[in-house]
Amino acid sequence: MRNAFADEIRKIAVQDARVVMLSADIGNRLFDKFKTDCLGRFFNTGVAEANTISMAAGMAATGLRPVCYTITPFITARCYEQIKVDVCYHEQPVVIVGTGSGLSYASLGATHHSLDDLALMRVLPGMRVLAPADAMELRSCLQAAMKANHPTYLRIGKKGEPVIFPEPPPFSFGVWSRVKEGAGVTAILACGNTLPIALEASKLLAAEKTAPEVYSCASVKPLDPKTLSRLFATCKKIITIEEHSLAGGFGSAVAEWKADEACESKTRLIRLGCDDRYLHDAGEQDHARIAYGITAAKIVDALRSN
Amino acid sequence: MSHRAGTAHLAGALSCADLLAVLYGGGVIQIDPKKPQDSKRDRLIFSKGHAISALYAALAMTGFFSEKDLENFNEEKGYLPEQPSPGCAPGVEWATGSLGHGLGVGLGMALAGKIHQQDYRTFVLMSDGECQEGSVWEAAMFAPRHQLGNLVAMVDFNKWQATGRSPEIMQMEPMADKWRSFGWEAREVNGHSVAEIHQALTAPWANDRPLAVVAHTVKGKGVSFIEDDNNWHYRSPSVEEIEKAKGELGLK
Repeated sequence: MRNAFADEIRKIAVQDARVVMLSADIGNRLFDKFKTDCLGRFFNTGVAEANTISMAAGMAATGLRPVCYTITPFITARCYEQIKVDVCYHEQPVVIVGTGSGLSYASLGATHHSLDDLALMRVLPGMRVLAPADAMELRSCLQAAMKANHPTYLRIGKKGEPVIFPEPPPFSFGVWSRVKEGAGVTAILACGNTLPIALEASKLLAAEKTAPEVYSCASVKPLDPKTLSRLFATCKKIITIEEHSLAGGFGSAVAEWKADEACESKTRLIRLGCDDRYLHDAGEQDHARIAYGITAAKIVDALRSN
Repeated sequence: MSHRAGTAHLAGALSCADLLAVLYGGGVIQIDPKKPQDSKRDRLIFSKGHAISALYAALAMTGFFSEKDLENFNEEKGYLPEQPSPGCAPGVEWATGSLGHGLGVGLGMALAGKIHQQDYRTFVLMSDGECQEGSVWEAAMFAPRHQLGNLVAMVDFNKWQATGRSPEIMQMEPMADKWRSFGWEAREVNGHSVAEIHQALTAPWANDRPLAVVAHTVKGKGVSFIEDDNNWHYRSPSVEEIEKAKGELGLK
């Protein structure tokens, strides 16, 4: 994903002289082409995320379009107040990109896991939150974020994620992509890089009465109210899945929507994600997903059970 | 203003009043009060937002809005809140109040000026307590590396913070040497000497280095019973105290 990000932001910046890249000491050689193609518009802002964000807000206020980039916990939680006050309170069009989100950096431990970023970002007034599923959807999301005139947070992975979309899919804020048809009684709402898990589960259930529809829900804020209205009117079960805490993340946002907009709905909402604990084990992303129960088997169990 | 609105932070406003007087009254900041959004204007980030009444007064006295409007300070639905909100009044560049943000924001504006090849300057006025925020030193380390000679940081060094003397709470000194060691041109002045402040802000310095002006000030300057008494971080004056202060300051 990060290679696709570097390539796409370079393309956008070549077309738009207002775009500046602020990388907080990450992306060794990743931005070499950006640096040569967009001379004087790349800044390594050092291991100094608070200043990176304040500076971006000041740059945006003078007509530039800054993109702030580093590993997710450090560009969200570490400099949270700067994002709140300087970017969101001032409604500055700064795009914040967290790389290696969720459990992408599982082996580096909880310092590098980001299981709170969706919660932190979506609670900020005016902030839009995007979590693309793969490198192609990332390109679509980034284009939309750079066209919009809003503070935007983009949660991306690391490298080697399975590619689902053959090309950059159509994307709009507040509209999700249906990537798999189903039998019409269940649906999986997959946030970000969990889409392949959802598709794997749908494959296992394809021949059953409960074959789920699968959505890539890249637009976390705003949600897709049209799709939610339809699903909560027709489905028996809806499952949300995310590499994020069950408190405050994508599944929480859907639960909030249901409470506010579809409280009469008989649909059962099941949320898969990380429970309330830090992971202390060594291990890669797949290990961490199993430890937190973010697996196709969990989806299948939930849809088969009563 | 403090009396009418019942607001605190009068003493911190008085400690930086002479700095603002030189910036605005002394013609240091190049900005047309009738065109406060002109892209070529000099900018001031007033980072010690709790003392914003001082900036409102300076802006009113230089014609950004009417002096009569100062009577609406902190009034409900008014446009001069106790601490500034974004775009609240002409000439207020940034909503501050949480300390340690202003230098980074001003730095972004200064860097943008270089990218746009515009020759405006960005001034950032901070409190001494504010310099305890780590983000200040992140910005301080970045600006010289990028040769931002169009950036001026001013520290209102009144030696007090909310609950005590700042040099007793943190190692504030040597303040000017801290900036020097980070690669800034640093100047120390008596922050109540108009001539010294003016000289520090206008004497040429190397254009590849940002400038830090450390202004030694007195909290509550100009009113004997407020000067250097930290209770005035919280108090607002009574009618009698206003009359007494006016007498001391030679105001009608």
